[in-house]
Amino acid sequence: MTLPGSWEMVVGLEVHTELKTATKMFCGCANHFGAEPNTNVCPVCLGLPGSLPVLNERAVELAMAIGMALHSRIAPSTFHRKNYFYPDMPKDFQISQYDLPINSGGYLDLPDGSRVTIERAHLEEDTGKSTHLGGSGRIHGAERSLVDYNRSGVPLVEIVSGPDIRSSAQARAYAAELRGILIATGASDGRMEEGSMRIDANVSVRKSGDPFGTRCEIKNLNSLRSLHRAIDYEALRQIEVIEEGGVIRQETRHWDENLGVTSTMRTKEEAEDYRYFREPDLVDLAPEQGWQDRIRLSLPAMPAERRTKLAERLNAPTPAQLDAVGVVIDLDLEVFVNAAIDAGVDPVLAIARTANELAGGIEGIKNLTPDAFTATLLMEQSGQLSATQAKTVLGELLAHGGEPAGIVAAKGFEQLSSDSLGSTVESLIAENPDEWARYCEGDEKLAQFFIGQVMKLTKGQANGKAVIAELQTRR
Amino acid sequence: MKTAQQIARDVRSGESSAQSELDASLAAIRGRNEELNVFLYVDEAGARAAAAAIDEKVAKGDAVGPLAGVPIAIKDNMCQVGIPTTCSSKILEGWRPPYNATVIDRLVAAGAVPVGKTNLDEFAMGSSTENSAFGPTRNPLDPSRVPGGSSGGSAAAVAADMTPIALGSDTGGSIRQPAALCGLVGVKPSYGLVSRYGLIAFASSLDQIGPFSKTVMDSAILLETIAGHDPMDSTSLPEPAPSLSAHVEDGVVGKRIALVRELIEGADADVVASVNRAVEALKDAGASIIEISIPELHLGLSAYYLIAPAEASSNLARYDGVRFGLRVDAEDVEAMNTATRTAGFGAEVKRRIMLGTYALSAGYFDAYYGQALKVRTQMINAFQRAYAQADLLIGATAPSVAFPFGSKTSNPMAMYLSDVFTIPTNLAGEAAISVPFGTGEAGLPTGVQLLGPGRSEAQLFAAARVLELAEVGS
Repeated sequence: MTLPGSWEMVVGLEVHTELKTATKMFCGCANHFGAEPNTNVCPVCLGLPGSLPVLNERAVELAMAIGMALHSRIAPSTFHRKNYFYPDMPKDFQISQYDLPINSGGYLDLPDGSRVTIERAHLEEDTGKSTHLGGSGRIHGAERSLVDYNRSGVPLVEIVSGPDIRSSAQARAYAAELRGILIATGASDGRMEEGSMRIDANVSVRKSGDPFGTRCEIKNLNSLRSLHRAIDYEALRQIEVIEEGGVIRQETRHWDENLGVTSTMRTKEEAEDYRYFREPDLVDLAPEQGWQDRIRLSLPAMPAERRTKLAERLNAPTPAQLDAVGVVIDLDLEVFVNAAIDAGVDPVLAIARTANELAGGIEGIKNLTPDAFTATLLMEQSGQLSATQAKTVLGELLAHGGEPAGIVAAKGFEQLSSDSLGSTVESLIAENPDEWARYCEGDEKLAQFFIGQVMKLTKGQANGKAVIAELQTRR
Repeated sequence: MKTAQQIARDVRSGESSAQSELDASLAAIRGRNEELNVFLYVDEAGARAAAAAIDEKVAKGDAVGPLAGVPIAIKDNMCQVGIPTTCSSKILEGWRPPYNATVIDRLVAAGAVPVGKTNLDEFAMGSSTENSAFGPTRNPLDPSRVPGGSSGGSAAAVAADMTPIALGSDTGGSIRQPAALCGLVGVKPSYGLVSRYGLIAFASSLDQIGPFSKTVMDSAILLETIAGHDPMDSTSLPEPAPSLSAHVEDGVVGKRIALVRELIEGADADVVASVNRAVEALKDAGASIIEISIPELHLGLSAYYLIAPAEASSNLARYDGVRFGLRVDAEDVEAMNTATRTAGFGAEVKRRIMLGTYALSAGYFDAYYGQALKVRTQMINAFQRAYAQADLLIGATAPSVAFPFGSKTSNPMAMYLSDVFTIPTNLAGEAAISVPFGTGEAGLPTGVQLLGPGRSEAQLFAAARVLELAEVGS
């Protein structure tokens, strides 16, 4: 979406990601989504009197891994208490990091070549989860509120970008790229629908070249689509307010997914004073160099590097092919592409089939082996299978698994013998003398006419390249 | 009454039994608890079962711990599974913890028999045990006077011979001051020596659990039993419990002990006289004595009354009526929080929550809490300089002997001054012991305080033992 006139949006994102640790941040309870409410709890994560937090080392490692992937500086850090009352926060304070976060600075390069700076990526604990019954579904006016403390104390990293994003598409690309990094580092499963990655967006607008405008923070965007829509809505809302002579108040706004609008949650005046102070129950966190080095060495390649590497297997790739490469990396499907290319499949074909057919049937990907994928593509490349047949075989493999040869046999996708193809071509030449003459005079477009006719007669079972070969021997 | 050391020895040898020692303890409690209001809860059934188990082990020839069969009183701010734990507050009335404090586990493993939970100033905020929601505790030595606080109940339990030893907690003097007022030995261990897991927090960076006893040796045995690293407490020192009882008889020959002017300044003449006599006793035992001044100690009280309330305001936020303890219903959550806290907390707790909230607020943080942290650093540095000149320091524990009920309740500042000599040790995270030495007004005991750097407990016990020998001659 482009904004009207010379308006420009300025967006910074705060991404909260739950860390994929076995246990919670400060206790030994399982960190597991979907358990019966209030079963993964103990005195510590329930904030019972007398309980004390003990920092989970794995959470620190994953936070460092995120920082390293974002080119952040890993520094000695401290924990603070963020004090406010809320029923799903058992201690009525949240243990977070304040002036000294574990990761400061850094950047994230997006596939379009733009760079978004990272201000910080700090550790904190998650709250429990409230469900408000009756009323609007929010705490005010609810008849009853239920709290599940299974999520209480789950480790989070909050990644705060600089105000560098200038469009909702760029915001979406940033979130998608960051999600890829979180998955690659093993820090998160990136499941936005389960709330393991949640986004707040700070949005303001200005005339290009002007200083930053007043920003509003939109809370809890739970999908890339919501992020995109909410930012566009909010930017347009702010432009409308300003153009009608109004001013933007700094406030926190709520995104209503169903109505597609943002609305005021609380104004700056209503904002809490969190009374941050050093958490006296925890000691300072200063990961020693050796520990940092071990984490750095164990980091796998990040999506950008993997994209570059895969794109290098293509000769002068087109933008569409680069997009396909992006899809392959996003879905972590390089193993299929690489197996096929290594076995002699044309890289263009391997990437196209992966980015289209495999991506389209991703839910069945566990049924497919790289060998079966490679075998299918080799049959297509040799002409044994038509493109349509190859896609059908891949669909079948994704749906039910099995061996390509067996599926080919069962579907009756036996190769048309060259005799039978030859006789089909000959009868078509006889029936279409004008077209044949033009083809023989060098009008190559007519090849497509004959292929189309052959496909019609053979119900798509012929291979285009084989048809051309048959035509050429008779030209 | 027998000491803990004697009881454990007799129980191990079969000369006595855990059950008969417990009977004696329970009889003493029955005898005076109504008058003195020492125990808020007596776990007779649990204690009897524990004592029987010890006796059975002894009968079978199994190993029993260093506190085998020793009845012990627990300040009611430490969690014990299934035992009501109130912090002497209405807000926790009826709450039974589902877990044990680490110190409870260690006591039980050592064979001790916890008999019940003792009264305290609500959430350990006070110096007289008058701030308890369940009524004040009386000083067994003079029931018209306070036992001190906040661990007044634990001090009174030992002073009234209900148990030979007890656990208290010391945030600004809450073990040492009642020990002084009740004529007992009381120890504030180095920060991190004893796990705080299961100790209901007042001010996390200052709180430490420590022993009460009639003899120096009993406190040494009790402290070495509960000390040592605990993986459940991140601030716990990463080392095993030090050996303390083995050093009680080490003496003070060649030790440099400094009398600190600021630690007797403003104390009653009888208290100062006891401190001076103690200095002489240490000198006679071979210590070299110097007199020094640590002017920074004057800043302790003000820094403490910003830092401790600030941490408390956050630590006590969880008493919101949502999950445990008191709930006063109201039309919405915020109103319920407010109604619950209004009804559940006493005046002193509310005063400190407000003080602490204010000190941490935006716009005031730097001037109050931030400034207090700087003072705390100065205090640590000042002690460090003092310990370059002396191995240990000496002064008074409390400015006066036990005072009458009501004499300081109307003036919080006067009450806060009861802890002026004890607070600096908590701010510095160091160790100190109060030893009963001499008497003052009305024949009541006076306490002398020995202070040492972090991890100096063995030296402190040795010096305390010198005073004990000089006083009682055994």
